[in-house]
Amino acid sequence: MFGPFDFGVILRNLPYLLKVGMTFTLTLTALAIVLGVFFGTLLAMMRLSSIKALSLLATGYINLMRSVPLVLVIFWFYFLVPYIGAWIIGASRPVQVGAFLSSVITFSMFEAAYYAEIMRAGIQSVARGQVWAGYALGLNYWQTMARVVLPQAFRNMLPILLTQTIIMFQDTSLVYVLSITDFLGAASKVAERDGRFVEMYVFAALVYFVICVAGSYLVKRLQRRIAIVR
Amino acid sequence: MSYHWNWKIFWALTPEGTGTYLHTLLVGLMWTLATALSAWILALVIGSVLGVIRTTPRKWAARLANGYVELFRNIPLLVQMFLWYFVFPEFLPKAMGDAIKQMPPPWASFVPAVLCLGTFTAARVAEQVRAGIQALPRGQQMAGTALGLTLPQTYRFVLLPVAFRIILPPLTSEFLNIIKNSSVALTIGVVELTAAARAMQEFGFQVFEAFTAATIIYVVVNVGVVFAMRWLEKRVAVPGFIGPAVQGGGH
Amino acid sequence: MRKLELPLLLAALALVAAPVLAQDTGTLKKIKDTGTITIGYREASIPFSYLDENQKPIGYAMDICYKVVDAVKAKLNMPNLKVALNPVTPSTRIPLMANGTIDLECGSTTNNAERKKQVDFGMTYFVIKYRYVAKKSAHMDTIADLKGQTVVSTAGTTDIKALNELNSADKMGMNILAANDHPAAFLMVETGRAKAFLMDDILLYGLVANSKDPADFHISSASLGLEPYSLMLRMDDPEFKKVVDDAMTKLYKSGEIEKIYGKWFLSKIPPRGIVLDFPISDSLKKVFANPTDSPDPKVYE
Repeated sequence: MFGPFDFGVILRNLPYLLKVGMTFTLTLTALAIVLGVFFGTLLAMMRLSSIKALSLLATGYINLMRSVPLVLVIFWFYFLVPYIGAWIIGASRPVQVGAFLSSVITFSMFEAAYYAEIMRAGIQSVARGQVWAGYALGLNYWQTMARVVLPQAFRNMLPILLTQTIIMFQDTSLVYVLSITDFLGAASKVAERDGRFVEMYVFAALVYFVICVAGSYLVKRLQRRIAIVR
Repeated sequence: MSYHWNWKIFWALTPEGTGTYLHTLLVGLMWTLATALSAWILALVIGSVLGVIRTTPRKWAARLANGYVELFRNIPLLVQMFLWYFVFPEFLPKAMGDAIKQMPPPWASFVPAVLCLGTFTAARVAEQVRAGIQALPRGQQMAGTALGLTLPQTYRFVLLPVAFRIILPPLTSEFLNIIKNSSVALTIGVVELTAAARAMQEFGFQVFEAFTAATIIYVVVNVGVVFAMRWLEKRVAVPGFIGPAVQGGGH
Repeated sequence: MRKLELPLLLAALALVAAPVLAQDTGTLKKIKDTGTITIGYREASIPFSYLDENQKPIGYAMDICYKVVDAVKAKLNMPNLKVALNPVTPSTRIPLMANGTIDLECGSTTNNAERKKQVDFGMTYFVIKYRYVAKKSAHMDTIADLKGQTVVSTAGTTDIKALNELNSADKMGMNILAANDHPAAFLMVETGRAKAFLMDDILLYGLVANSKDPADFHISSASLGLEPYSLMLRMDDPEFKKVVDDAMTKLYKSGEIEKIYGKWFLSKIPPRGIVLDFPISDSLKKVFANPTDSPDPKVYE
């Protein structure tokens, strides 16, 4: 019904797929990693805090995020973030948040819950004596965390953090539900316009597959390297 | 321009006139559970077979199983969903493809969704099963051989019963994942819980009430599954064994 | 350790206790403050608002919207006003309007009394009829032909609502499917997953004309009623609505609208250079002569 496999449609649309779609996907992934790890680390520290309220708040947030599907979270944030923005800066009207920024916030906050659990394990893997040693040297909480605990925690957890990141890279494709043009969104727009969905979806799968396999391979190599050093 | 809350919306009738919005959400929940459970059974069967193959001495078979795991883990779930729904029927003989496409709804969406979620999760289950078997002391397998058991018998009576018990916690989290992942099926037309909430938003216009309700339902299901599995874990626990820590991340 | 964690606690408290201040709210003020007006566009509402071969949104509604933007520029005396574009789907357009992501929606949105409780509309710029498209080989033309069939429509539209109402009121026994957007719904008919696709007739003409084999499809002569289309705005914003209404009225009275209409409905349109050949209907002629923003279908009959 759809005739033979047409490579031409892929070649013709390659600039659009890569320049618009892949750029969006990669930028979103990169920003979400940075912000996600930052907020994730904060959440992990809150969760391990001796202040009950903070610890409960962080635990509640992490558990909530982890029990709700990402698709639902994407809808939530896209519609809700402008109201939260207005509330934070005290404006009386919702703050305008574009599709891209909204996606960055969604993925940062969602992944933060996952990164937090990884970081918590990482922080807990650092021997208690190291914290005491830090205090004995006259460092305060933030200094001990920043100079002693977190660098080791990151190092221990790097492979798992990166594996989680590869999963997130795949999950960014879900912004499709908002009609945003990420890599898959671009592919599906071409597919629908030209009726060439076999070609476009197979090609999209292939691209994701190659990137993710290459990524996992690098993570594995890194893991071996870290293992030798320790 | 601030948001107008209206919690009574749940008792309002939907445009179909067949029930309230609350009813719509509960029907959505039913489809979420139906999709997740059917896919879970599929995932357990395929995943266990693959996981076992990956630990057997047959090199070529193990490589094939590893290939499956790599393939299904490295393509986004949504892309796999599209492949099953749009692409797969085009590669079948025309009569068969048409028969699949023309199944009455919701089956034409439900079946691809279950196949997709099942095969996707199977890769993750296979990873857990392999880790579970490899976490057992090597002596167990040797003991089996020493008792005169064949390889399949050793797996059936010695390795698997213990392995499955110790990987119960990671399997629980995979089961929770499959419930959440079933929401991706809304892209191919399965009206599960998230889709029901979205439909409610479209016709009732109360976005945040709809999503709040869906969120609460997901949390309740989550908590329910966790408690049920804890109870099961306690009942079948093997003293002295702690589950292997396969940290793969996931959603 | 306790004392040292105080900053974290304070930060959390500051978030919770953020003050909520009251201030002026209109869309015009927002546009002025941000220096940007954000237009919500559709990806495949041919020929109202859709992506051309360079994936840039164009169409009849987009042209009207840019006229409105010109009026806003003049009104605020901001010739360099930036225009931002944000894609919307039938499911996302209303919440995105309410939460301030878009200021003006230029697509193919039906103006009806129910939606008027959530959003507002400018002047009517098109009048459609609900019809359905099916494969020619299915020989379907009347509403009764839909009985017991699998029928698809687009999620979040008034069409799928009408379809559902028809199903329960007349016991049609249809299987109703909801697709994400129009091309996905049309694809379901093209690939045989659904027998018919109920939609606004003009959109169906656009989809069929752009399909690979337009001769394969038939659009029903029977219809399920008519609806006016308009630009969507935020509710309770008379100041902004006046700018939009005035700009549209001027467009209609000056006759300029007929040129824009001709460009999209009577001449070749991108991306494939097809001609829809859809002359101005009598109801629309009436609207152009006497602009109205009424959501009541009876006004247009």
